Amino acid sequence: MSERAAIRARGLTRRFGTLVAVDRVDLDVPVRHVYGFLGPNGSGKSTTIRMLCGLLTPNAGEIDVLGLTIPAQADALRSRIGYMTQKFSLFEDLSVRENFEFMAAMHNVPRERARRRIDELIEQYRFANMHKQLAGTLSGGQKQRLALACAVIHEPELLFLDEPTSAVDPESRRDFWEKLFDLADTGTTLLVSTHLMDEAERCHRLAILDHGRLVADDTPAVLTGRLQGRTFIVDASDPRRAQRTLAQARGVLGVAQIGHHVRVLTEAADVHDMPGHIHAALAQAGQHAQVTPVPPNLEDVFVAVTRHAQAMEPTA
Amino acid sequence: MNLRRLWAVVLKELRQMRRDRVTLAMIVGIPVMQLILFGYAINFTLRNLDAGIADMANTTGSRALVMDILATGVVSPVATVNTPQELMDMLRTGRISIGITIPADFERRRSEGREAVQILVDGSDTAVQNAAQQLARMPLDSAVPSLRAPAASTPPETPIGIVSFYNPERRTAVNIVPGLIGVIMTMTMVLFTAVAIVRERERGNMELLIATPLTRSELMIGKVLPFVGIGFLQTTMILALGIWLFAVPVRGSLLDVYAAAGLLILANLTLGLLISTRAQSQFQAMQMTLFIFLPSILLSGFAFPYAGMPRIAQWIAEILPLTHFLRLIRGVMLRGAALHELWADVAALAVFITVMMSAAILRFHKRLD
Ligand SMILES: Nc1ncnc2c1ncn2[C@@H]1O[C@H](COP(=O)(O)OP(=O)(O)OP(=O)(O)O)[C@@H](O)[C@H]1O
Ligand SMILES: [Mg+2]
Repeated sequence: MSERAAIRARGLTRRFGTLVAVDRVDLDVPVRHVYGFLGPNGSGKSTTIRMLCGLLTPNAGEIDVLGLTIPAQADALRSRIGYMTQKFSLFEDLSVRENFEFMAAMHNVPRERARRRIDELIEQYRFANMHKQLAGTLSGGQKQRLALACAVIHEPELLFLDEPTSAVDPESRRDFWEKLFDLADTGTTLLVSTHLMDEAERCHRLAILDHGRLVADDTPAVLTGRLQGRTFIVDASDPRRAQRTLAQARGVLGVAQIGHHVRVLTEAADVHDMPGHIHAALAQAGQHAQVTPVPPNLEDVFVAVTRHAQAMEPTA
Repeated sequence: MNLRRLWAVVLKELRQMRRDRVTLAMIVGIPVMQLILFGYAINFTLRNLDAGIADMANTTGSRALVMDILATGVVSPVATVNTPQELMDMLRTGRISIGITIPADFERRRSEGREAVQILVDGSDTAVQNAAQQLARMPLDSAVPSLRAPAASTPPETPIGIVSFYNPERRTAVNIVPGLIGVIMTMTMVLFTAVAIVRERERGNMELLIATPLTRSELMIGKVLPFVGIGFLQTTMILALGIWLFAVPVRGSLLDVYAAAGLLILANLTLGLLISTRAQSQFQAMQMTLFIFLPSILLSGFAFPYAGMPRIAQWIAEILPLTHFLRLIRGVMLRGAALHELWADVAALAVFITVMMSAAILRFHKRLD
């Protein structure tokens, strides 16, 4: 079956003192997929990744990665995965090439092969004219490119990338994602955490974490499809006032000003004529506006699932 | 144990060290600075104390005694007076720190075996007191050989403490330099390894390392090996400077000196590793190092004689690597002993190294929690 799971976790839980950083998370990551991990700061993305790599011991739950039981068989897993940490963790006082050489040795890539592989990666990841530069003096985006290159030096079956593009500019990000898909094409499974919607949109499949809980897990298309008919653009003469008014309105889940417009996300359409409802709410406050339905995007999904969770918070 | 990975860790350490100017400066600077500081400035045995002399006997015997006292080099005369009263005044005002009084009936007192010379001391300084005690133990008879009394009437005082067999001139440097190798190793080696691992934790490198197949022993041994080389380099520097500046003798074999140094280096490095598994920050690592360093200096026999310490302090001293190293290195360098003759201390260090290394490897987990 092509949909064999590279990662399978059930009831994954991790506490730090009284804080539940990861709360009963179930995950299934299919092989050869780019699997996105979306969530606000502190939602438990890094903690989950660390548990899946066997670097942190879960308080509860079962993990199976590449057929190995984690954390018990973590040692056997280490040669088969690549892990790019959120914070740059290569050696700043080693040169680009020295970092490559070190990581190749760590993964016991045969010397001759390692030499060819390093040359190949230096070429492919555009370090040709800075392979002697100390890693600490690279720019933020270059550092992340180097970290990715080092993480794949031993051609791992599974890659964990923790916010790999946080310092990469949009143009280079496109380039970066090309590489991720190339890797997926060659058979690698990738788990990528991110805050960025445009990145999340590119993933084959997406899990959204909020306060340690898994609040959504599906393809981007299915996730956005669920919000069909719940997103609108409001053109108002005074968008700031319109935003404030709508934020208080019944049935409205999220309002965001986007340039001269206001983007509105509503609750599940129990009101038949949502545009009319929005109209009325604004008219009541003495404002006139034009309401147009728009297709939902992942940002709406993000707002919808995290708001929902927050609304449930006090009772939980 | 994968030698490729082990070598990669060693190479990485060496490359990082080469680019770290502060560490490089410490490797060279600390030994040189310490050697010069201890060798020249800190003189545990005092010389040239200001002394006043009141020789009221003024006989051939008393003059010979005064000459003999001066010949020790411990005191240098600044005043010659006529009464003990004057000496006491000068002592109080601080013009002299030692007063030597020879009473008018010196010859008779000496032949009767009574106290013949009185030494007045500035007791507010214990170091001066010690020096005076050395003087007081000078055998009067040998000082005045022509007047030697029959052995039966004056039991000769045993000259313990003055006649120093292996260091006849009682030069501090000779005693200090071998010990200094140990002190400098204790100071730098523990800190180097302790900091080397904690720094990787602080900078986030550790998360990367533990996610690779690198094993605990590869990491620990790889971290230690470069510093063994550094340790031998420092040993060589101190030895060379000690021989050149202070004419310190190496009476035993040079190989034994290095073997003893190697044992101490390993003991300190493994101790540093153990500290690194506990310390959360470089600052904590430094504090813990100091916690080891102070007792090492005070109890090992470097600063104070081991024999004079209370029993409990001796027990603590037995745990410290520096104590055993001092016995080894003094034995080899000053007494010309062979290392196998001092096997007990060699064994103690070997046990220490094994215990520390095992504890460090066991305590280090490839986990973040
Ligand atoms: N070692 C730790 N000790 C105590 N609390 C921790 C520890 N590691 C993480 N936490 C807490 O667990 C929660 C989840 O942290 P985590 O780093 O997994 O979040 P994240 O989703 O990766 O956030 P970000 O997007 O900012 O990287 C946070 O509230 C954090 O403070
Ligand atoms: Mg994170």
